[in-house]
Amino acid sequence: MRRRRWRVVVLALAAIYFLVPLLAAAEFSFRKPGGGYWFGNYLAITTNDALLTGLLTSLQIALSTAVVVIVLVVPTAVWVRLRFPSLAGVLESATILPIVIPPVVMAAGIAFVQANLDTPLFRTMFSSSTAALTPFYVVLALPFAYRAVDNGLAAIPLRTLVEAARNLGAGMAGAIVRVVLPAVRSAVLGAAFLTLALVLGEIVIARILLYTDTFPVAVVEVGRSAAGVSVALSLASLVLTWVLLLAVSFVGGRRAAGRSSS
Amino acid sequence: MSSLLDTPTAAPTDVPVSRPAGRWRAALGLLPFLAYLVVFLGGPLYFVISGALSDPDGRPTFDNIIASITQPQYLAAFRQSLLLSAVTAVIGAVFGTFLAQAVLTGRPDSPLRRIMSTASGVLAYFGGVPLAFAFIAALGQTGVATAWLRGIGIDLYASGFRIDSLTGLGLTYVYFQVPLMLILISPALEGLLPQWREAAENLGASSWAYWRHVALPVLAPAFAGATLVLFGNAFAAYATALALTSGSIPLVPTAIASALSGNVLAGQANVGLALGLDMVVVIGIVMILYLWLQRRAARWNKR
Repeated sequence: MRRRRWRVVVLALAAIYFLVPLLAAAEFSFRKPGGGYWFGNYLAITTNDALLTGLLTSLQIALSTAVVVIVLVVPTAVWVRLRFPSLAGVLESATILPIVIPPVVMAAGIAFVQANLDTPLFRTMFSSSTAALTPFYVVLALPFAYRAVDNGLAAIPLRTLVEAARNLGAGMAGAIVRVVLPAVRSAVLGAAFLTLALVLGEIVIARILLYTDTFPVAVVEVGRSAAGVSVALSLASLVLTWVLLLAVSFVGGRRAAGRSSS
Repeated sequence: MSSLLDTPTAAPTDVPVSRPAGRWRAALGLLPFLAYLVVFLGGPLYFVISGALSDPDGRPTFDNIIASITQPQYLAAFRQSLLLSAVTAVIGAVFGTFLAQAVLTGRPDSPLRRIMSTASGVLAYFGGVPLAFAFIAALGQTGVATAWLRGIGIDLYASGFRIDSLTGLGLTYVYFQVPLMLILISPALEGLLPQWREAAENLGASSWAYWRHVALPVLAPAFAGATLVLFGNAFAAYATALALTSGSIPLVPTAIASALSGNVLAGQANVGLALGLDMVVVIGIVMILYLWLQRRAARWNKR
């Protein structure tokens, strides 16, 4: 029973520490200037042009980042599990790396290229936020995307599936796209939503490279004059991504449970 | 996050990799991934290093590096950054481990576990912008928690607290450090076999003795490694500080950003790159220690 008690204390402390700021943010976001409550801060997304275009730009970046991440990660993770199981530990450690790569340092290197190398290739690359930011957001997203997909692969009979597909005449690419990908779709969706979270929260690289038309940068900017709007919209983006991930987790969990019981 | 240790790694016996040619062809499959990292991670790092080691006209020099580690404002920035990272890493690691153990002692498919594992993913990776605003809403001058605490007689701002101070920033950092610890330490906690506890109890050990003599020594390398990752995570982070303080606390990333934007002096960009290189060196040392600890931790997973 003593073990129960410390568990309650720890969970209660965590609940206070993690819920109070979120609930405070929620209350703050509904406050109407001059008293009372309203939805005005959330509706700013429909009336403020900078926020709306920012949201569209960021969703575009999130989509292209997620596509590149999945194209890079899924075949690589499958390939490592099938042909280089001995490398699994190395890649596992390597996926920690971008967590600790300072975005500000990446931004510094890119800014140097942006300022000093003026070739057609780089000019095209730096011409729009989506083209310029996507490649680097992919790098930031790779570690947890790899982790999420690899966990998904660990839960399916990967070798059997691939061998069966190949025996039936599928190529390696066909086996990955038509057999493996559907089998790990909840892990892939999870990776995509974590990528969305990253894109909706990244301001360092965008600010330093002066791509100020992304959603998080616009949210921070609007906070200088209207704090309520910033609180409302950043809270909404946080909760939305979390709900998406939670839904994927429940759907994926139910499928796994169904499979093991049948 | 549970499946990392649950699943036995696939036995590599039936893989036809004995022919060296086949092995090399197979290695080509990893090429896109590695090439991508070399270009888009290695590229920026290359320009940071080469820019740090040259003057604005491109001639090689060590002046930038020397300036970045001797000028008082940069030394102050390093001191603040290191202090902030170390303190939030230790607090996050200790509390994160307790929280992970509290979550893991529940049922494996409980909603609590799903909520914690998805929430920790979002919070650990979202970066700090929403967190910064949530903390402003809670503990800012007009914040909800501030007002409530004032109501019960605790006036935070009268006692010198500010949300855009180093303390306030640290409080916000812990908010993403704890979830990251949860992600990193859970596999190690799940790796503690129930048999070890049973064996210890059969030999007459108390719960405390089991933790003191069995569990903690087994966990120590994983715990230390995860703490280092937390340190690196906080050291590298900048989004929270940017959103919370708009650059009023001198941290290393703040110094880099203002050197790059030319706020200070023209020609400071190379010193900014040198500061970037310093950060990379610190992170590099942390990661080498981490990999070494990871190898020690892995001894207990070979079972």
